[in-house]
Amino acid sequence: MWQFILRRLLQSIIVIFGVTLISFSALHMAGDPTYLYVGERASEEEIARTRAALGFDKPLHIQYLTFLSRLARGDAGRSLTYRQPAMDVVLERLPATIELTLFAMFIAITLAIPFGIVASLNRGTAVDGGMMTLAMFGQSIPSFWFGIMLILFIGLGLRWLPISGHVAIIQPLLEGNFREAFTNFPQAIRYLLMPAITISLFSLSRNSRLVRSSMLEVLSQDYVRTARSKGLKESAVVIRHALRNAWMPVVTMIGLEFGFLLSGVVVVETVFSWPGVGRLVFNAINQRDIPLVQASVILFSLLFVGLNLIVDLLYARLDPRVRLG
Amino acid sequence: MSTATSANSEISAPSQSFAKELRRAGRSLFKAKWPVLAILILIAVVTASAIGPLIAPKDPNRQNIIKRLQEPYTVERSGEVEFLLGTDGLGRDVLSRLIYGARVSLLVGLTAVLIGGTLGVSLGLIAGYFGGRTDDIIMRLADIQLAFPFILLAIMFLVVLGPGLLNLVLVLGIGQWVTYARITRGQTVSQREKEYVEAARALGKRDLAIMFQSILPNIIAPLIVIASFNVASVILAEAALSFLGLGVPPTIPTWGGMLAESRDQLLAGRWWLAVYPGIAIMLTVLAFNILGDWLRDFLDPRLRTIG
Repeated sequence: MWQFILRRLLQSIIVIFGVTLISFSALHMAGDPTYLYVGERASEEEIARTRAALGFDKPLHIQYLTFLSRLARGDAGRSLTYRQPAMDVVLERLPATIELTLFAMFIAITLAIPFGIVASLNRGTAVDGGMMTLAMFGQSIPSFWFGIMLILFIGLGLRWLPISGHVAIIQPLLEGNFREAFTNFPQAIRYLLMPAITISLFSLSRNSRLVRSSMLEVLSQDYVRTARSKGLKESAVVIRHALRNAWMPVVTMIGLEFGFLLSGVVVVETVFSWPGVGRLVFNAINQRDIPLVQASVILFSLLFVGLNLIVDLLYARLDPRVRLG
Repeated sequence: MSTATSANSEISAPSQSFAKELRRAGRSLFKAKWPVLAILILIAVVTASAIGPLIAPKDPNRQNIIKRLQEPYTVERSGEVEFLLGTDGLGRDVLSRLIYGARVSLLVGLTAVLIGGTLGVSLGLIAGYFGGRTDDIIMRLADIQLAFPFILLAIMFLVVLGPGLLNLVLVLGIGQWVTYARITRGQTVSQREKEYVEAARALGKRDLAIMFQSILPNIIAPLIVIASFNVASVILAEAALSFLGLGVPPTIPTWGGMLAESRDQLLAGRWWLAVYPGIAIMLTVLAFNILGDWLRDFLDPRLRTIG
């Protein structure tokens, strides 16, 4: 067990180094990065001054070490448009993005399980066929287009839900204002609903198919037959015996799922004008604010690595095969 | 699972002739019904990208400010319908742009998968065949890449390198290698100790030849399945990047780019600008996904866990 944890920790550290190295080299891919920081009509002298100020005149390995030591202190350079430390700007937007991602994940997992079970129990019927066809479409629709369609038909056509805007939950929680977070909740859900459904569509479809196929596999196992022949109610067989094993593939993917949903936010936040990191990245792209893009990518990757580490360790704690193996 | 797969292909592959196999494929295709739809969609998309200029009614970049934002199927005073699917904010013909857009989606999808597939399969074969330190390094690299949410990594590189077709294809292609490398490695490890590999080695075949001539044909089935799903997800990624303005230059019509432009017209209710390109992307992606599903069932139903 300890050996597993140690190995897993070491792996994460290597990965984090890799992440920083790649983010660092991305900046240098197109030659001298100074030109990304100065205006198009900057004079030679100004370029040289910027280069020296940002340390781009030093050898690459020195630059990388400086980059690393700054990063360790949470400094990812200054945003060109906000004139503030890039990491601060990103962190300020993070709560809105986390709200969206968590809610999307909630949808992608909690709905996928009943969908998958219902489809597997009705295998080969119209219910199964219909659900799996929908899931197939769900996996093929570009998420941002689905978002645009929701805005067009649900938001503008039927006027059921707001097409943009955001009510904070996490921010007041962080400030210790629990009452506000609580009273904000119903409103926040209204705003969250369309963007979260949009982001989760792909995962929901994939997870439904995954739960269905692993349910089908589990339902044909001997222990399920035994449970049935013991005279257990079908609901008990499904929930207590089959589901417990059938949702394992989904649980294993929770960490990866989070990263997947995180990458979805860039486009979807743009569609719904959600005030999170995603839209920040979109604006940073248009203004070529490289440090801001870099800070977002690094932060997301670190979140992703950390989360996967936690999921793996929890998994090891829960699964005796890993714990003892 | 993997050992069963290989045993199966080893026994059945040489005994069946290619024509016979093809007939079996055709029968299974029609029996499953959905793949027929997929093939029809793909024929349409391939035709549009191959001979688009011949079938498009207009020049996709020709602007006609007087006739801008025409609704689909607007009947002119002459009694004719000039723009079947309407015009956009610059008066360009939506249908023609849609037809031209097929080219970029298909080109990017297929090339990126080819690049990612070649790279990934080669590295996977090397990792699986040699094992040890080489394996460790390659797989650690894969872990590192997997730590990045993919779209963000692509965004970072495209912002620095600048948008453009070549950069887009390279970034999307290189982004895919991990999937192929992991599957190939796993399969190669399970084949490495098999008798036919040993036999090839005894005959004095070089490592490279063993990897690509002996092992690769035996593990190709799951890779083909992955590739089909992968074309679908690359097309989706390309659309997303184009939507963000990181795709090809705006003079080349793309479905993702059309969707990006439709955003400004959304609140005014110009639905056709958003609906048609989205349907085009969806159908194309759907076709590759259906094809992947069918290929998986056809090549080996035991691969059901993939995708």
